[in-house]
Order: sequence, then C-alpha cells, then structure tokens
Amino acid sequence: MPKYMLIMRGTDEGLAAYEKLDFSEVMAAMSRYNESMIDAGVLTAGEGLADAAESVVVDLSSDTPVVTDGPYGETKELFNGFWILDVASKEEAVEWAKRAPLVGPGNKLEVRRVQGAEDFPDGEWAQKEAEWRTELGTD
Amino acid sequence: MAHGARDGLSDTGSGRRAVEAVWRIESARIVGALARYTGDFSLAEDLAQEALAEALVAWPREGVPREPAAWLLTVGRRRAIDAFRRRAARDERYAALARELGEGGASSGAGTADLAGNLGRALDRDLLWDPDQIADDRLALIFVACHPVLSKDARVALTLRVVGGLSSEEIARAFLISVPTVQARITRAKKTLAAARVPFEVPPPEDRAERLGSVLNVLYVIFSEGSTASGGAEWMRVDLAHEAVRLARVLARLVPEEPEAQGLVALLELTAARFPARTAPDGEPVLLEHQDRRRWDRSAIRRGRAALARATSAGRGLGPYGLQAAIAECHDTAPSVAETDWERIVLLYEALGRVAPSPVVELNRAVAVSMAAGPAAALPLVDELVVSDQLRGSYLLPSVRGELLSRLGRRDEARAELELAARLCGNARERGVLEAKAAAL
Repeated sequence: MPKYMLIMRGTDEGLAAYEKLDFSEVMAAMSRYNESMIDAGVLTAGEGLADAAESVVVDLSSDTPVVTDGPYGETKELFNGFWILDVASKEEAVEWAKRAPLVGPGNKLEVRRVQGAEDFPDGEWAQKEAEWRTELGTD
Repeated sequence: MAHGARDGLSDTGSGRRAVEAVWRIESARIVGALARYTGDFSLAEDLAQEALAEALVAWPREGVPREPAAWLLTVGRRRAIDAFRRRAARDERYAALARELGEGGASSGAGTADLAGNLGRALDRDLLWDPDQIADDRLALIFVACHPVLSKDARVALTLRVVGGLSSEEIARAFLISVPTVQARITRAKKTLAAARVPFEVPPPEDRAERLGSVLNVLYVIFSEGSTASGGAEWMRVDLAHEAVRLARVLARLVPEEPEAQGLVALLELTAARFPARTAPDGEPVLLEHQDRRRWDRSAIRRGRAALARATSAGRGLGPYGLQAAIAECHDTAPSVAETDWERIVLLYEALGRVAPSPVVELNRAVAVSMAAGPAAALPLVDELVVSDQLRGSYLLPSVRGELLSRLGRRDEARAELELAARLCGNARERGVLEAKAAAL
C-alpha cells in the first residue's frame, strides 16, 4: 500500500491563533484525530515539532555555512509536524487530511507520497538505501 | 455528444475516487449505525449501498460535503423511511414507523415500540458520534459479516464489503471472479443471515470464543489469498493482503484484551514485512533463502513485534496465530537462513502442533528439523506424512520431500518428487520455480 505523509504547514498567524486556544482542548482534539486513524488501521508514524523559535538554520548557499537563529527568515510557512499513513490511494490520504483538527486561517496540510523501494531503480543506490534502512530500523 | 460524455467521465473518475476514499473510511460506521437503527443488518447494507450510489451521482457534481458521514447517514435514514413506507402497504406497524420518522419524532405506540425505539435513537445526534457506540457497531458488524452460518466465501465477500468498504468490482478483481458472482454471494449471505435471524450485536460471552475464531479465520484467509494467490498468473495480490492487515489492526483495537487478535496482527505484519523481497524485478518469486533481507519492511517488523509482545503479555500462552507470529519473528530478526534460530522454530512448531494439529504444521516442522539437524533427521517425518496420506493432492509434500532428497544426493527420486509437485501446483509462478529446480538436478 502506498504511504503518504501529511505535513503540517502552518503560518505564524495560524500558530498564534492556536496559542490562544486552551492547550488541553487542542491536545484532546488532536488525540481524538490520532485515535481515529489508529482505529482505522492507517496511522504508522507521526511527530510534532517544537516551537520554531528554538530552531537554528544552517544556510549552505555560500562556501562557508552560515548559522542563524530562528525559523526560515523571509518565508512565513513552517513545517510543524507530520503523520505517515498507510492508505489505498491519494484520495484517502486527502480525506484524512480534511479531518485534521487544524482549522482557521493560516493552517494547511500538505499531502505528499512517501517514496518506496519502487522509486529506486535496482542498482548500487537501491542497495545502499536498503542498507541504511536496515541500520536505522526504518522502512 | 459522445465526446462530451467522455470528458464528463474523466471528471467523474476523480470524483468517484474521492467517494470511494470516503467510503473506505466510513462504510463500517454507516452500515453499523443503520443496522443498529433498523435492527436489520440486510436492510442496513442495502440502504448504505443506496446512499453510496447517491453520493456517486451527487459528489462529483457538487463536491464532497463537509461532513460526508452525516450526509451518507441522512440519505440512508431517508431511504429507510421509504422502505418502511413501501412495507406499510402490508403491515400497519411500518406505516406508523414511517410517519414517526418523517415527522422527526420517536414513537412509543404499542406494537411499534421496539422498532420505533431503535429509529428514535437514530435521531439522536449525540449517540451518532459517540466513539464507544461507533466501536460497538463496528465490532458487531465484523461479527455478523463473519457469522458461522455463512459459507467461507460469503464471509470473505461480506467482510471486505461492509467492514473494508470495498466495492463489488474491487472484490471481484481481487479474487479473479465476476462482479455478478460477488453480488450473488453478498445477496445470498444477507438472505442467510435474515433467515437465521442473526441479531446485530456483539456475541454474548458464551459464544465469544467461537465467533472470534471465525473472524480471525476470515481475515487470515483474505491475507493468504493476497499473499499467495491460489490461482492465476500473479504471485501475490499485495493490496488484498494489506487490506487484511488493516482490518486485523482495526479488530485488535476493538478487542485489545484478546491475545489471538494481537497474534494475528503480529503474524500478518511480520509476514507482509517480507513482501518487498519476495518478488524479483521480472515478477518471479524469490524464496526466503534467496531474499535480500535488506529490503524487508523494518517498520512492519517493528509493529509486528510490538503486537506479538502484547499477545505474550496477556499471560495466557500463545494461540495458533501468536505461535505462527513467533515463528515469523525468528525469520524476520535473523540476518540469514544459516543464522536463523532453527532450534527455537522446531520448538514453536511442536507447540503449534499441540494447539492446532495439522499435517501442514507437521510438514513445516519437518522443514525446520531439516534446517536444525539436517535432511536425514527430517525425511522420516515427511515419510510418515506420505504414509498417513493426509496431504494427498497437495504440491507441498512432494516439494519438501524432493528438496530433502536433493540435499541427500538422491537426485533421481528428488527430480520425480519435484516434477510431481509442479504438476500439482495451481500457481503458475510457483510451478515455474519447482520446474526449474527439477530441471537443475
């Protein structure tokens, strides 16, 4: 079955709106959402990311890497977390994305297919890829 | 005109896929809720299919509604009223029922109390979205679809249809049968359930073990059909096997206290984990000993081992599925065939033979013995099976016997056994492997 990643892509505006909400209500809604996907047998992984204000950016565009504090600077869209779903089709992944408790201005989910072994032609790199996965215990 | 219609069809294609996606997620809940309201599983399934048909017309045109499950349930309820009105000509009870429902109220009139009570609750939106109620309905649905009064084929078709949300077309494709055959199986199954007056409920404790056994068996059969297609040219029908894994996960969430439900999840995850290495780029099957283990799905192995740990921690000993999962775990965690803990596998097969005796288990035990102690130790076990004649007509016995004889250097006997196995084998891909082995001797 194909795997899809639902990527939380909120803006500062969306994030700020969530900060005003009751934390336990947000967590309860999120946990209901996660449970519904586990009950349906489709959720295989997921993580939420900490506040982007804690992050640093390593810019590799010049010869010497430049390290700066904070999120991506000029871009306002943040990568805040993800779920990985085992579903029959892109449409099914989209249907789950629509149900995420992330409503309001500035809140978006991106639905991306996760590459599988079938995306790599058999050869040296497919072998390497497979070795890394074994090493890391991911699939 | 014809051209325009074709253009419309391509739009409908994506609209149709969107409806199917919703249906995969919601069908169990819709059929379950309608069955509870009407107290009639067969009617509920008809109503759900009518609601689905209506969605297939409306959604591609108007877009998927904001609350698709509520939309489908509302249509289903409206169709229920229509159905009761039609029956009202024959029976005044239904007339009263249809009237009450149409007015949006519940009846408590004599004679209609039960049915109207059920339907009255249908109007209660809180109940509709109560997670415990949804879970109960889903579980009742699984038990009804896998009811022992049904033939095995009917259980499989009904489970995929009402619990899995697959269309008749998808089921037909998966089992290489015609759509009318699937539809006939489902129609007959619903009649059988109605005739046997099977209630829509989670079975009472005294029936629970037997009924759960039937559910586990149905999911296992679906998985097996997908993982080793019994007929046709394809080696595996992976989507069908993955659907069985998904349904097993659903079941295990509903009955977390049942170690065998966890055992089944573990077995299916740990077996499906090897799928990526089971087929060569040319579509030929790759046997365990030649599989590139780096291609195995590590996260499936992790999920399978976690489920097996849950089955073990119940402390009631492992059942047949749990034991098979433990065997699969030995393979999945070994770096190679040579470094596999075959002694442990022999012990697990012995335990499996005690809780679920079968000649196939004995045959597998013989294979494990041959790996742990050599072919000479295993051949007498296989010869006993030949004498007992329990596996007559199966290609497995001559294929294993041929393999052992080949390892013992008895080439002519080995070739004869492998040729016999090839003749008996129904799967074209597997037959090719056996023929190649025989020819290489």
